[in-house]
Amino acid sequence: MDVISEFFTEYDGLKAFQQTIYLTLLSALFALVIGTAVAVMRVSPVKVLQVIGSAYVNIVRNTPLTLVIVFCNLGLFLQLGIQLANPNSPTSIDDNNFRLAVLGLSVYHAAFVAEAIRSGVNTVPLGQAEAARAIGLPFLKTLRYVVLPQAFRGAIAPLGNVLIALTKNSTVASVIGVTEASAVMKVMMENRPDVIFVVFGIFAIGFVILTLPVGILFTSMSKRLAVKR
Amino acid sequence: MSDSSAVDTVTTTGLVALRDVNKHFGDLHVLKDINLSIGKGEVVVVIGPSGSGKSTLCRAINRLEPIDSGLIMLDGQPLPLEGKPLARLRADVGMVFQSFNLFAHKTILQNVTLGPMRVRGQSKAEAEKHARALLERVGVEAQAEKYPAQLSGGQQQRVAIARALAMDPKVMLFDEPTSALDPEMINEVLDVMVGLAKQSMTMVVVTHEMGFARKAANRVVFMADGQIVEEAQPEKFFTDPQTKRAQDFLSKILTH
Repeated sequence: MDVISEFFTEYDGLKAFQQTIYLTLLSALFALVIGTAVAVMRVSPVKVLQVIGSAYVNIVRNTPLTLVIVFCNLGLFLQLGIQLANPNSPTSIDDNNFRLAVLGLSVYHAAFVAEAIRSGVNTVPLGQAEAARAIGLPFLKTLRYVVLPQAFRGAIAPLGNVLIALTKNSTVASVIGVTEASAVMKVMMENRPDVIFVVFGIFAIGFVILTLPVGILFTSMSKRLAVKR
Repeated sequence: MSDSSAVDTVTTTGLVALRDVNKHFGDLHVLKDINLSIGKGEVVVVIGPSGSGKSTLCRAINRLEPIDSGLIMLDGQPLPLEGKPLARLRADVGMVFQSFNLFAHKTILQNVTLGPMRVRGQSKAEAEKHARALLERVGVEAQAEKYPAQLSGGQQQRVAIARALAMDPKVMLFDEPTSALDPEMINEVLDVMVGLAKQSMTMVVVTHEMGFARKAANRVVFMADGQIVEEAQPEKFFTDPQTKRAQDFLSKILTH
């Protein structure tokens, strides 16, 4: 089973999974911010914002992720010349690809985050927002202090699903040259076609190790943090 | 105090005034040409059969229900349509709901301090001091660190009253405040309300509690089918209703 030791030494598989984790965490953070803003637009009383919010969700969610990621590289970088890394740095190309991948993953998963939060908003009884308005809180403060804190607690389980999906979808970043786990897997498979199932197994187990605890954690949090009514 | 003069003075100095207010829910005409004036310090009880529009009337006063036509004035100013001015107005109008609507994720103390801190800009210390005094006034100071779900309905409703009072409102609206309560908890809430009335709080109370109306109200407004059918002093209304509709309603609820 020398292929397993090769995974750790020759191919630096842990570094690859580390890239996967960075991609996932950074994208999750940005997706949460963008997704929350989109969800707020969708529940706002302003018609234009509602339309923009729902257009965002419906366009992005129905576009294949590979398209989004490839567009970030070919469209934003090569066509429009949008640089997300210092072009003079020696790691410029890698950094730029990594950041474009984070951008694509964030924008894409924000649509799913927005829907998860909106489902959370629906768990908050209308009376909560009415009571908040009745003591004089304007719309944004009503959301910030009363509706969203309860909505997030109601959305923990679906947000966990989005995070698991994001972890696995981060493999698409390999199409624009980010050396995350699946990129290294492809190289290993090319070099060691004799033990292809072992290589495959190593990476499959790696992803399970990443995502299984996320699922368990989010399920227990959704129970522990549930708003008691 | 003669009966008629009390009504007259309050109608001329209306803190809350509704003029020709109309409201539809789809085809249903829930408020029909409502004219009502509520004076400073006056306690008005609104009663009527369910579906008569009394809750809608109450909710229209702080524009939780927008109206289709007519005018609602508060302290001489027409209700703003939306946005910050409307929020500012609502801060001056306390509201108590049938289903309490305490903020479920906040402690009792946080429920009471949220408005003063985030709307009035009070410091935490200042807001908490005031909140604890109010919680003591409504008799739930021992529950300050608990969450709403840990309290009984009667306690929750008293907290809701304290939360509204924390904003130092000019007028308090009560939308069937005891209808969701177990019978043994109704009085603890009514006692707090009677206390408020005695301290000359201006109150609009939608309720079926005749005892409260007799004890604390200056005037009873009887609504049916979206209209104000009769207005009178409580004693006069309950003993000598003038309209057929009111006689009918009272005979149904007073026979048991």
